[in-house]
Amino acid sequence: MSRQIRRNSQPLRSLPKERTGIPGFDEITRGGLPAGRPTLVCGSAGAGKTLFAMEFLVRGATLFDEPGVFMSFEESDHELATNVASLGFDLNQLIADKKLILDYVFIERSEIEETGEYDLEALFLRLWHAIDSIGAKRVVLDTLEALFSALPNEAIVRAELRRLFRWLKEKGVTAVITCERGEGTLTRYGLEEYVADCVILLDNRVQNQISTRRMRIIKYRGTSHGTNEYPFFIDDKGFSVLPITSLGLSHEAPTEYVSTGIERLDTMLNGHGFYKSSSILISGTAGTGKSTLAAHFINAACTRGERALFFAFEESQDQIIRNMRSVGIDLEKFVKKGLLKFQNARPSAWGLEVHLAMIHKAIDDFKPSVVVVDPITNFLAVGDQIDAKAMLTRLIDFLKMRQITGMFNSLTSAQSEIEDSEVGVSSLMDAWLLVRTIESNGERNRGLYILKARGIAHSNQVREFLLTDHGIELIDAYIGAEGVLMGSARSIQLGRERASEVARQQATARKQRELRRKQELYEAQLQSLKSQYETERDAILMELDEEQNRLKEAADQRLEIARLRKADSRGMKIDENGARKARKGAVR
Amino acid sequence: MKQTPTKKQRQKSSNGRPTQADGELSRWNLRLYVAGQTPRSVSAFRNLKEICEEYLKGQYHIEVIDLMENPMLARGDQILAVPTLVRKLPQPIRKIIGDLSNTERVLVGLDIQPR
Repeated sequence: MSRQIRRNSQPLRSLPKERTGIPGFDEITRGGLPAGRPTLVCGSAGAGKTLFAMEFLVRGATLFDEPGVFMSFEESDHELATNVASLGFDLNQLIADKKLILDYVFIERSEIEETGEYDLEALFLRLWHAIDSIGAKRVVLDTLEALFSALPNEAIVRAELRRLFRWLKEKGVTAVITCERGEGTLTRYGLEEYVADCVILLDNRVQNQISTRRMRIIKYRGTSHGTNEYPFFIDDKGFSVLPITSLGLSHEAPTEYVSTGIERLDTMLNGHGFYKSSSILISGTAGTGKSTLAAHFINAACTRGERALFFAFEESQDQIIRNMRSVGIDLEKFVKKGLLKFQNARPSAWGLEVHLAMIHKAIDDFKPSVVVVDPITNFLAVGDQIDAKAMLTRLIDFLKMRQITGMFNSLTSAQSEIEDSEVGVSSLMDAWLLVRTIESNGERNRGLYILKARGIAHSNQVREFLLTDHGIELIDAYIGAEGVLMGSARSIQLGRERASEVARQQATARKQRELRRKQELYEAQLQSLKSQYETERDAILMELDEEQNRLKEAADQRLEIARLRKADSRGMKIDENGARKARKGAVR
Repeated sequence: MKQTPTKKQRQKSSNGRPTQADGELSRWNLRLYVAGQTPRSVSAFRNLKEICEEYLKGQYHIEVIDLMENPMLARGDQILAVPTLVRKLPQPIRKIIGDLSNTERVLVGLDIQPR
């Protein structure tokens, strides 16, 4: 919201409005109070009327350079200055700068005797003079009804007030008139009859011993305005109204991812993590490690150099830092670097609306990219389920508008259905992790599921997760013939599997060795057979050779004998053939 | 009831200058705040003058302040209504608002007559 003077740029058709400069108020009134007209601010004692009025003037003087007159009927100048000094308003400086006039109208009933007719011209002249002396554009009358108790003649007071309001309108100053709330009526003396342009009701309601300040615009002539009850609170910076119900479903959907801080969990979520500006619900029973998951998430964000805001409703900052150190996450260094901020409060410290307001304010001040609320279930201690859900809806909408990734931890009671998130907000969430303890064989083991992750292809498997001294470790749960096994059962099963694996490996090795031996044996046999054959072959060849030689010699001998006997040639020839034959056989 | 004031009765100061004082030592110091020359303020002054002449002759002092001309002065005595008569002396301060037409109540208010 820019705090510039926009009165001049507004179209003529619509009612001109005067910005109050009170955070949030100008949004619900679509621009501020009706300019140049009186506005009635009513509420019971302690509702914040005087402060609202004073802030209207101080902001006017400091932000819009519009001087103002504060006419007080209840508190003295000094009291007023002291009261608002705690909000950082330096009235004395504003008075010195001629930006503000405090006029304390003190009426001591016992000093006054009434005789005959009179009017309140003196009061008007005082006001007139104050307005003219600094050129005031804004006027506060706090609490005008004091006149009724101060002056005995009510008819005169009424007639004079009517004249005053008419006169203020003619004067063109934007006036805020505060009024006590009456029994069953807006104001004790019916001033709303006279101031009909804009009526604002401040309320401080106590529910379950927790008070919540609320504001409602009862009437605003000639303009549209938010009609809801808006929570507001008063802190060291003054008034803040929260127009948070006006959010809608028009936020953008970024496509970047935000790591969960746990590698295996990122892997389960398509390898990247959650979508940026998504809302993540982590639900689980007590002691399942929800906060540790959140700490991982913050650790990752701060390591990337982003700012993170941790709303802790159960533990103090030191306690969280100490506990997370035991799982190897050092959050303290991020706190020192200014990247991480804790906002710790008991849920019962304020009402839901104020919690929401505080969260808003903290987010506006710190501008984080990651927010953790741990746990949201504690809000049920403050309001009922409908209120808590409405509050979370608004918180989620707000975070989405600011493109902030939000992680919400939700404690599920052990008896209830595990997929039953206590506050009934699961439908609002983009991603939902469920951590639960699974009890079997006399031990509890932690299991993690991703119940849903909108727009992300995610693993459907349950993972066992361990809290180690270096953070969360996700382990595949054993899923086999005997069902899902976790913890020691898983480790025993794994041991058993390892043993049988070893046995199988040994059997294979044995078979391989046997094969090798057989081959060696075969080869050796082959070798010996071969050498035996060769020996036998040589022997046979040798015999054959000798036989040849013998035949040849016999033929030669016969030839020699024939020659010696001088045999005929024919017979010779036959013999020669026979000898040749014999030679051939020897060769073969 | 409202009469046209005579010239003598209209003698007054708008800047706080005292009117014709009767007596050197005025035990009664009275201040009348008015806003302009309205019939009501004129009759208030006349009524006051009559009462003083009758009951406090020689020992009173009236100062008339017109807030139209000096609106600043309304803050000092915390004046809301006009006309307002302020008894500055004797102490304590008493205020009487109205046109002082009820003489008895004025006397009671000024502690001239017991309540």
